[in-house]
Amino acid sequence: MNAPHDPSSVGAVHAQKAQFGEPLGLKGGATLPGFELAYETYGELNAARSNAVLVCHALNASHHVAGYYADQPDSTGWWDNLVGPGKPLDTRRFFVVGSNYIGSCFGSTGPASNNPATGKPWGADFPVVTVEDWVEAQARLADHLGIERFAAVIGGSLGAMQALQWTLSYPERIRHSIVIAAAPRLTPQNIAFNEVARQAIMTDPDFHGGHYYDKGVVPVRGLRIARMIGHITYLSGEAMAEKFGRLLHRGAPGFDFDIDFEVESYLRHQGDKFSTYFDANTYLRITKALDYFDPAAEYGGNLSVALARAKAAFLVASFKSDWRFPPPRSREIVRALLDNQRIVSYLEIDAPGGHDAFLLEDPRYHKALAAYFANIDL
Amino acid sequence: MRADQAAIVQWVAPESRVLDLGCGDGSLLRHLWQERQAPGYGVEIDDAKVLDCVENDVNVLQVDLESGLSLFGDHTFDCVILSETLQTIHRIEFLMREMLRVGREVIVSFPNFGHWNARLQVALGRMPVSETLPYEWYETPNVHHCTTADFEDLCRRLRVRIRERLVLHKGRPVTFLPNLLGSVAVYRCTAA
Repeated sequence: MNAPHDPSSVGAVHAQKAQFGEPLGLKGGATLPGFELAYETYGELNAARSNAVLVCHALNASHHVAGYYADQPDSTGWWDNLVGPGKPLDTRRFFVVGSNYIGSCFGSTGPASNNPATGKPWGADFPVVTVEDWVEAQARLADHLGIERFAAVIGGSLGAMQALQWTLSYPERIRHSIVIAAAPRLTPQNIAFNEVARQAIMTDPDFHGGHYYDKGVVPVRGLRIARMIGHITYLSGEAMAEKFGRLLHRGAPGFDFDIDFEVESYLRHQGDKFSTYFDANTYLRITKALDYFDPAAEYGGNLSVALARAKAAFLVASFKSDWRFPPPRSREIVRALLDNQRIVSYLEIDAPGGHDAFLLEDPRYHKALAAYFANIDL
Repeated sequence: MRADQAAIVQWVAPESRVLDLGCGDGSLLRHLWQERQAPGYGVEIDDAKVLDCVENDVNVLQVDLESGLSLFGDHTFDCVILSETLQTIHRIEFLMREMLRVGREVIVSFPNFGHWNARLQVALGRMPVSETLPYEWYETPNVHHCTTADFEDLCRRLRVRIRERLVLHKGRPVTFLPNLLGSVAVYRCTAA
């Protein structure tokens, strides 16, 4: 089962897990007795250990950033267009770490893992985790890998929140923070979308208050609707119009409630696909992590004061068609960094892809990232 | 480097905090860093030039000057530079006020429409095209041309104090009849 050789791919990769026995105190007050974190690495850590780049993922992705699994040739990593030999984040020069987060359903300790206190899956009892908690866990992963200081931490959307939080939790351990399609905190409208998604899951009869693992069911209906709502907000109206128009799935209106428009077909397909691989308890916790993220909260809402302790150089990028985290949200971050006289560049890219544009290969975007990475001293 | 930019480098005090509006590929900022140890930021709207800035390793912010300088706090820069960009701005008064809000001092350069060659071309019934005004009227990014006299009128109106003026032609200072013989003007101003 060999995929065709592509010199710009990191090739076949495998996921690893790091175990941490020390308890992890969480922002919400709970303590995890210990945890596992799934990760992948690409490239080589140099002798000076100065070339490590941490890639943080967003809502539904994982530590599988680039390459493919040898036994699943279609399993290309979610940011494979960015990471690889000769790509903007060049693995010939950088040692790239893709890290999962706690609470995930992709191998790290999460709601489906066994609770050591009961020997059964945590389910609803798994604590609510935050972006700060994820950074704490990733810092332990960095220790485990012998990385004292990251050359850069990069992420989009929820991943960008982690890249920003790194500069606040560990200002000495990160030289560059690359914050893409981000917001310094969610708006009530953002939270509202998340709440509808959560309600879809929690009102599914198969949810069983979060203890569905031992009942042999999955709240599929809730997950499907949650994902459909998400997809509506990730795409711009323009991108949707371009992709689907008002095309009819069956060629003519059915005057019934089966799929009429192509966009319905798309949403149903995305919902179905998602519900087969994503865990509902994880979805609830990730949306909560998004809602709670607000570094300015403990500084009276003043983001400039909150970012005063950041020492990293920043690259902030937003996309004009992104209405989930539109450019003014990124400019709030830039303004706060400028108030602190931090090194920062800001790109506002006129790409049509909506919030998902950060995953796409717009040449302006990728060329700028390539140039930025090339200027990072090792 | 353009002649007006060479003059600007001379006017920026060492270690000043600099904001370069319409910074192009960032080469002026790079010079200011290398020769004056002046750290700074550029503002540029054009995608290709923004990429040049990132490649040149200068801080660049891709925002539209027409919407003002809301990214920047009051008096956060020693020097705000607008080099050969004034003529492309729609809301010049607004931007001048914004520059004086964020900077202790502003440096403005622009092609002088009062230069004899421009006057002659207009007198002969054509919009001027020259080294400093290189565009045909139908493709020019420029929207507001002025002469040195016009700019000085605006400064008076805005109560802007002109601290220094340098008028150039082909890179050389022009002191005799500058509004007629100079093709580029550079001003250093402060709030009155």
